[in-house]
Amino acid sequence: MNSAASRNADTPLLEIRDLAITFSTQNGPVNAVRNAHLTIMPGETVAIVGESGSGKSTTALAAIGLLPSNGRVSGGQIIFDGEDITNVSEKRIIELRGNSIGMVPQDPMSNLNPVWKIGFQVKETLKANGLDGANSKERVAEVLAEAGLPDAANRAKQYPHEFSGGMRQRALIAIGLACRPRLLIADEPTSALDVTVQRQILDHLDRMTTELGTAVLLITHDLGLAAERAEKVVVMYKGQVVESGPALEILRNPQHPYTQRLVNSAPSLASRRLKSSKVTQAPAEAVSVAEPAPSSAPAEGRKPAGKGENLIEVRNLTKVFKLRGALGKGTDFKAVDDVSFNVKRGTTMAIVGESGSGKSTVAQMALSLLSPTEGSILFDGVEVNTLKSKALFDFRRRVQPIFQDPYGSLDPMFNIYRTIEEPLKIHKIGDSKSREKRVRELLDQVSMPAATMHRFPNELSGGQRQRIAIARALALNPDVIICDEAVSALDVLVQAQVLNLLTDLQAELGLTYLFITHDLAVVRQIADDVCVMQKGRIVETATTDEVFSNPRQKYTQDLLGAIPGATLLV
Amino acid sequence: MVMFTLRRFLQLIPVFFGATLLVYFLVFATPGDPIAALSGGKPMAPAVEAALRAQYNLDQPFWVQYGLYLKNLVTLNLGQTFSGQEVSAVIARAYPVTARLAIMALAFEAIFGVFFGVIAGLRKGKLFDSTVLVASLIVIAVPTFVLGFVLQLVVGVQLGWARPTVSGAAPWNELILPALVLGLVSLAYVIRLTRASISENMNADYVRTATAKGLSRRRVVVVHILRNSLIPVVTFLGADLGALMGGAIVTEGIFNVPGVGNLLYQAILKGESATVVAVVSLLVIVFVVANLVVDLLYAWLDPRIRYV
Repeated sequence: MNSAASRNADTPLLEIRDLAITFSTQNGPVNAVRNAHLTIMPGETVAIVGESGSGKSTTALAAIGLLPSNGRVSGGQIIFDGEDITNVSEKRIIELRGNSIGMVPQDPMSNLNPVWKIGFQVKETLKANGLDGANSKERVAEVLAEAGLPDAANRAKQYPHEFSGGMRQRALIAIGLACRPRLLIADEPTSALDVTVQRQILDHLDRMTTELGTAVLLITHDLGLAAERAEKVVVMYKGQVVESGPALEILRNPQHPYTQRLVNSAPSLASRRLKSSKVTQAPAEAVSVAEPAPSSAPAEGRKPAGKGENLIEVRNLTKVFKLRGALGKGTDFKAVDDVSFNVKRGTTMAIVGESGSGKSTVAQMALSLLSPTEGSILFDGVEVNTLKSKALFDFRRRVQPIFQDPYGSLDPMFNIYRTIEEPLKIHKIGDSKSREKRVRELLDQVSMPAATMHRFPNELSGGQRQRIAIARALALNPDVIICDEAVSALDVLVQAQVLNLLTDLQAELGLTYLFITHDLAVVRQIADDVCVMQKGRIVETATTDEVFSNPRQKYTQDLLGAIPGATLLV
Repeated sequence: MVMFTLRRFLQLIPVFFGATLLVYFLVFATPGDPIAALSGGKPMAPAVEAALRAQYNLDQPFWVQYGLYLKNLVTLNLGQTFSGQEVSAVIARAYPVTARLAIMALAFEAIFGVFFGVIAGLRKGKLFDSTVLVASLIVIAVPTFVLGFVLQLVVGVQLGWARPTVSGAAPWNELILPALVLGLVSLAYVIRLTRASISENMNADYVRTATAKGLSRRRVVVVHILRNSLIPVVTFLGADLGALMGGAIVTEGIFNVPGVGNLLYQAILKGESATVVAVVSLLVIVFVVANLVVDLLYAWLDPRIRYV
């Protein structure tokens, strides 16, 4: 299979020298990548680490000739197996794709063509590279089975939408490795998946590439994951390679300031609850944290000495959704099943679980956006579900949400001032002058310059938008903020900043958080107590320290074991 | 799927009653007395007038008229025109003409629309794309009656390539020019829709993955872009088929095509409620069935759509 067995093993399989990539945009050319260099030896795994926009994916895509149509290689060389493929012909690059360089893309949901069966999509890969013999059907099943797809022969007859995310990613791995490429480009292959699935998939990918002797170029934003999986790590920042070397060395002894920040804030490596910045200032970020204004002291009417009492009590909460079936034969789906927990005032309760575990449904019921089928939620001693008009309006003031996607949760037509002012206006608090003062104060609290208020959401970065969402949530001096995956869409460094901000605000304002997340590493940093949910039920409730030091349930142990890089620094 | 189809057919029942009632009322409420119009300017003998009114139930209140119409309908009696012909016979003569015209116009739209749209979408921003875009914009901007008369004059009269007007039997070859005019505006929309759909799908993740597999460009386009891009186009064409089957009053008028459009127009002028209601109800049914066919096609093109 391996035509290069005869070749000198010292010849790099892929060598990228001084690569520069330019995108032509409406505002002129943009240099997305400058002076990138990396070397992959046959059979070796190299990881490129960086945040979104760092040019890591662009660099990798250039190696397989898949730059977007407005991008081009404007300098440097890409050498694959001794052949310069920088500006090679379309015909040659098509020859190389599939059987010499394979790819496993990032998002399994969008990378399979929804209108063709899985088997068809594997088969055409074999066919395009001349590997479909008389027994192509068996070969398709074989390839899928290798990638860890159970009952492959039958599953090949299904469409992508009949597969779960993990299954689809296995199918994509099968496609990427179907023609036994010598180099596999894995672009964030598991970042869209749950941690436990992520671990299985990466383990499997590891095993397969080791068996087949495939070199892997792994692209990831997670330094812990990179260090765990790769022999060498290349750190990219703003289009440039800032550091490269053996994985563990970079992790233990980072040289470049950016890498140091990355190591410090990698959530998977953190091992303690964040303290408010007044105790330990996070060294990473250079944002000017203004001293909190005196006026931001706890609002009137809040019981300041109430820490320790239960602010939210959830009793036997159950939510049943009716699934539509044929001819009125709808089935019941128990999304939340007999869930009970308490949240103490001024603390953070995290609900952690994989997608489909029912954690977001709990959050929606706690926000009174969904009514429970059974059970109750007591907020400050009052049953939430029975609240009507005026009382409900009052409840909405005291409980505020922050959602996952800062791109979707801010109205693009509202400028920042209007966004933050809106809740004040709805609740008829103050006049326009005092509201403006309050907006300035809030922007200050989330460390955004006051000038931001005339800008629009699309002019801000993801992290900045999430700060605006936090400011909006704080506007009404709520008692509780319910964060539904509030940091999951953010890059590691930005995520660390936002978590620090939330921690500071909690210390300052005595806030109570209900924090919904799939990421145990985030839980470690922010939560005092944890509920672990699985399939609608709570499997374990304990303090964060207990869960991490002494997980009692098998499921919790699995979740913990799946955090990438968790064991590297211990 | 069977249940879905069945349910859709059941939906036809309220749609049918609603449509007939509404149309019947509209004709009833139209100003002008149809019987008086029949005799032109001359006075009519009171006895004749009364007899005519009784024959067409025009002496009854609205609900009785409608009720009698429905009663006749059950026995498949669609009523008579003022000239004494059976409405069913008149429709049976006009409908095949309109159907021929519609099918040709649709074929014309589908074939040329998708063809030009795909090429324009794949070469977005290039010369071909810009030319097609400008041309389609012109076609959309110019009213059908202008296009119709110009083509009739140039192709029919000056060049003499086709008959300027259609003869009574309206054979296929004489309908080519009217079909072209009829389909031209929709053709422009199909081109634009296909182009937009193609250029959007070209940037889809799965297309990039398909390219990364080592597929040839041609295969990527035909297998991975085309099928996905055709879904919105099929919806448009299906809805358009319903509209085309309804007859084209303007186009049929210009080329003197003896189709349903013409028939309906004449019947409205005369206030012949029996004809108007029969034709419109038929068109409603055609429209609903065309939409059902689109929905079924949709499920065939996109396996994610399953009807239960």
